[in-house]
Amino acid sequence: MNTAFYLDQFLFAVLPYVVAIAFIPATVYRYRARGFTYSSLSSQFLENQQHFWGLVPFHYGILVVTLGHLVAFFLPQQLLAWNSRPLRLYVLEISGLIFGVLSLVGLAAAVMRRLTHGKVYRVTSGPDWVLFALLLLQIASGIGVAVFHPWGSSWFASTVTPYLWSLVKLNPDLTAISASPLLVKLHIVNAYLVIGLFPFTRLVHILVIPNPYLWRKPQVVRWYGRQHA
Amino acid sequence: MNVRSQVAMVFHLDKCIGCHTCSIACKNIWTDRKGTEYMWWNNVETKPGAGFPTQWENQDKYNGGWEVGNGKLKLKSTSKEKTVFNIFHNPHMPTMDDYYEPWTYDYQHLFNAPEGPDQPTARPISMITGELIQIESGPNWDDDLGGSPIYAQNDPNLKGLTPEQQAQLFAVERLVFFYFPRICNHCLNPACVAACPSGALYKRGEDGIVLVDQNRCRGWRACIAACPYKKMFYNWNTGKSEKCILCFPRLEAGQAPACFHSCVGRIRYLGNVLYDASRIEEVAKLPDEELVEGQRSLILDPHDPEVIHEARRNGIHDSVIETAQRSPVYKFVKVWKIALPPHIEYRTLPMLFYVPPMAPVMANRSDDVVNGVSDDLFHDIEQSRVPMKFLANLFGAGHESKVRYALRKQKAVRWYRRALTVGDVEMSTAERMLREADSSPEEAEAIYRLTSLCTFEERFVIPPMHREEAIQMLEDPLEHKQSVGFGFMMAPRRGM
Repeated sequence: MNTAFYLDQFLFAVLPYVVAIAFIPATVYRYRARGFTYSSLSSQFLENQQHFWGLVPFHYGILVVTLGHLVAFFLPQQLLAWNSRPLRLYVLEISGLIFGVLSLVGLAAAVMRRLTHGKVYRVTSGPDWVLFALLLLQIASGIGVAVFHPWGSSWFASTVTPYLWSLVKLNPDLTAISASPLLVKLHIVNAYLVIGLFPFTRLVHILVIPNPYLWRKPQVVRWYGRQHA
Repeated sequence: MNVRSQVAMVFHLDKCIGCHTCSIACKNIWTDRKGTEYMWWNNVETKPGAGFPTQWENQDKYNGGWEVGNGKLKLKSTSKEKTVFNIFHNPHMPTMDDYYEPWTYDYQHLFNAPEGPDQPTARPISMITGELIQIESGPNWDDDLGGSPIYAQNDPNLKGLTPEQQAQLFAVERLVFFYFPRICNHCLNPACVAACPSGALYKRGEDGIVLVDQNRCRGWRACIAACPYKKMFYNWNTGKSEKCILCFPRLEAGQAPACFHSCVGRIRYLGNVLYDASRIEEVAKLPDEELVEGQRSLILDPHDPEVIHEARRNGIHDSVIETAQRSPVYKFVKVWKIALPPHIEYRTLPMLFYVPPMAPVMANRSDDVVNGVSDDLFHDIEQSRVPMKFLANLFGAGHESKVRYALRKQKAVRWYRRALTVGDVEMSTAERMLREADSSPEEAEAIYRLTSLCTFEERFVIPPMHREEAIQMLEDPLEHKQSVGFGFMMAPRRGM
């Protein structure tokens, strides 16, 4: 009993802060001082066919699922209101599951591609493999939660969201989390690991999505001698 | 009028002997690193030929360059909206198979092979995987293979040639080819810059050199697809795009770029021109047949007092105006009109121009008898073994008039010099030809001089870059003393 208590304390009240302490300064430092290391590190140039079938479903799947988590974190009340009608709840749950499966299939295809294609294998680093393992576990456990502990879009908003906000307020409240099923706990702890490793992996390319492109002028001119309009 | 200065170039194709010295000079300085082995910022192609990467001129395959739709200039490969949706997988990305897989040889095996009945051999191994590979393509793979069915006949510029003209190009003992050296064109309307989602690609305001900011490139690969000349390259090791930098560190020190400097045929000319940046978009939207003339009209007369006034007002230094007045490129392109842009129909407004080759036919051979083709001194340019239509596809957006003009003038210059030095043709005929070619004895003399007798200083009129006036230089130079120094101080290693 005591071991479980301390383990929960460590995983859900200490680990998130350790992760945050690693994540924030390392990310800021890398972004500011190591611009050259920021890249999608794309391997499409080396292999083009399987690239499409892995990378596209993975990215669209993971983007939608992540967006869902963010909505549950920032707008729990609205989410619960949406889910108050069963049909809407079903639609949300099923689409979440579809995009989750999409990202898992895509990631599995991408990892297979890296394992089987000689040239792509050569440009895959140690941190890449660790990241792929963690991401596979993360998505698989997420799908497991969705299947075995359904209606997560509702109970996330009423249990996990308050827990996460309690972390933000530096006053961790583990009541709801301690009672959660093992699969849910695994999903959360693994998420902390992914976030902690974020600044040390290729994941940083998320930070440099090219938003200014949408409103800048097509041609870019830089002047050495003057500031030019 | 918005006057800017651009370092522009001319390659004289009649002088290119296809020795590849330029390619080697460039390779040894810039692209001998891991991830860049396959890149040839400078390469020399045989025309007709498939080129590098294979069939790069086939924009149905590569979708490079611009097109005009509904009166608007649009990239063929992407748009702002498409970039968002295609960011995970670029649908128009060429792969290494379109170039070639770089390799070396297993030389160690020559020393380490166990004793056996045969001599050991050094087999080719991939420079990416380290495994043995079967070489299927390589740098300069179709060199001198004019006439070959698998290379020359797949040249996209053969479009629109009659079967007779094609047969003429490929018939054994009549086949013809010429060399087509290529570097980045440092375009006025670069597709690569417009396609870059990160804003990493830029054109330098002072001299128009197009560069990639390596710290800001994120490897989204849009430039690779957008450049119709396929002179953007993806470094598979660092995950960044790279391109010809026109040896700007050399230019800033007053030296010619390495490929220019090393050219043994002296085919290369470099100098700055003044142009009107406010009309770029308008010109890039012109119909195909008006593009060559339109681009010429962008280039301004550096002797015109109004142009000089506007240039000064725009902060262009007097010394840069002075080099523009001496620029060999200005003469070839604007005054003599014998240098033409490659594939202007891509609408990037390339600033590298080519003097089309005459490739004279002096004789042919039938029934084992060598015959003179014509009594004419040099052949009739309409009878050239390189069909006018082929050159027009390369240098005139498919329209022959500009190419014909350039070739007629070149031929007239040859007649004029022949009359002057050998005297076996009538000077009156030569002068009539010059008149018909819109030229004069004075101009012929100048063309002859800059083509045949040009010194280093005449070929390369490098504008002073005035780095001493740069903002960086005006900042406190002692600020970084004993700390990191200036510029990019960390080794460019692949990210984690």
